[in-house]
Amino acid sequence: MTDQEIIDRINEALAEEFELEPAAMTPDATLYNALGLDSLDTVDMVIVLENAFRFKIREEEAIRKISTLGDIHRFVIGKIREREAPPG
Amino acid sequence: MRLRRVVVTGVGAVSPFGCGAELLLDQLVAGRSAVRAVPELAAVGGLRTRVAALVPELDAKRIERRHRRSMSPMSVFAALAALEALERGGLPRERCGEGRLAVILGSTVTSTQAIQGFFEDFLRDRSLERTKSTFFFQIMNHTVAANVAQMLGVTGRTLALSAACATSAQAVGYGCEMIALGRQDFALCGGADEFHPLTAATFDIMNAASTGWNDRPTLTPRPFDRDRDGVVCAEGAGVLLLESLESARARGAEVLGELVGFATVSDPTSIANPGSASIERCMRLALGDARVAAEEIGYVNAHATATEQGDIAEAEAVAKVVGERVPVSALKGHFGHAMAASGALELIATLGMLRRGVLVPTRNLDHPDPACGGIRHLRKLEETCPDVIIKNNFALGGINTSIVVRREADDGPGDHRPHQ
Repeated sequence: MTDQEIIDRINEALAEEFELEPAAMTPDATLYNALGLDSLDTVDMVIVLENAFRFKIREEEAIRKISTLGDIHRFVIGKIREREAPPG
Repeated sequence: MRLRRVVVTGVGAVSPFGCGAELLLDQLVAGRSAVRAVPELAAVGGLRTRVAALVPELDAKRIERRHRRSMSPMSVFAALAALEALERGGLPRERCGEGRLAVILGSTVTSTQAIQGFFEDFLRDRSLERTKSTFFFQIMNHTVAANVAQMLGVTGRTLALSAACATSAQAVGYGCEMIALGRQDFALCGGADEFHPLTAATFDIMNAASTGWNDRPTLTPRPFDRDRDGVVCAEGAGVLLLESLESARARGAEVLGELVGFATVSDPTSIANPGSASIERCMRLALGDARVAAEEIGYVNAHATATEQGDIAEAEAVAKVVGERVPVSALKGHFGHAMAASGALELIATLGMLRRGVLVPTRNLDHPDPACGGIRHLRKLEETCPDVIIKNNFALGGINTSIVVRREADDGPGDHRPHQ
């Protein structure tokens, strides 16, 4: 899965769950101010991403530092690449 | 103590006919049925009824996502009905934030759909990891009232009643008393429920659901009819905007009817079957509250769910209170039993009838049951305009309610009505 494919899947999942306008979903868009999400939404966002990518991220420290959509893209891409990396 | 007179100035309905109080009335006047076959019910083991009256697809996106996300269908129904009631009453939404408007809404149970969805997922592996943050807000007991209050920015009282099929009638009655006492200036009162097979099963298990008309759904339920065979479950929401008569006049709002009497009583004789004596007592208490003589009543809007025993008990009570002179009809033959919403939806329809000067007959009442005799069953549309009516609603659990409505608020001195 390419980075762009991951980004597309993230955006698609979040747009559907939170009824976001695709045009507003730029990497620098802040979750709270630009996209209008709140604390309940960010709890559910974790579940949506876990469901979309079949991983567990709720307890990750890095997730608490996310503030923009681009942060999410980078975080998820990192998790996917981590998973893909050969053991050892 | 001087009490304020209370009137209805706004109504909102989400019924099996669709969205809108006027639509509801139009369909009733046209004699239509919203009951339909629900073949999916065949998949529920042991469930014999295959009919229901369900709300058609509606535009829930009129409610902002941040409010809608915590709503199950019943709260969506109530929210849309509340918005309509405010609009009809000409009360700007900003007034909800002045601390003088109450939300008094309830449901029979919370969202069974949401609970089922949770447990279907949870029981796969007993994990809560997939449970969304908004789930709880759909299953808390005050889900309907709280969700509507949040959406409207209400800062006054929130009261979440639950009295099954008498919920919204109680909401109207208690809202009326709250305004009469001056504790609040406005109240959005009503109830909502969403259909789930469990609701139909509740009645079917007690042999009180209609099962014999599955192939002819529009011919059931049949209130007071000799061939009635039980309840047809429905869903929806009804909301009425109540305020004091002075308030309505001061802001030039149209008065849709004055709530002049209310009574609710407990009937400990049975948790399942309403008793005639308790119904009669309730009706007489409401008349006393209204200071209205039985002879003044020009129409009875009956609860009449089309169960064997309930219809007989109500007919006996109505016969004792108003005799054979007064037209009586029930609206469940048109759109089934909307549970917690039924009282409000039927009251809204009755107010509409009074304004149009027409009384809607009981649908499917082809052969009145002699056991439901002694009252004047309305079997065809009647153009008449009674000044005072009484509306009954009863609930499983032994709760009865009666509301007395005067069509037009006269120009009396006001603040004169003693309450019980």
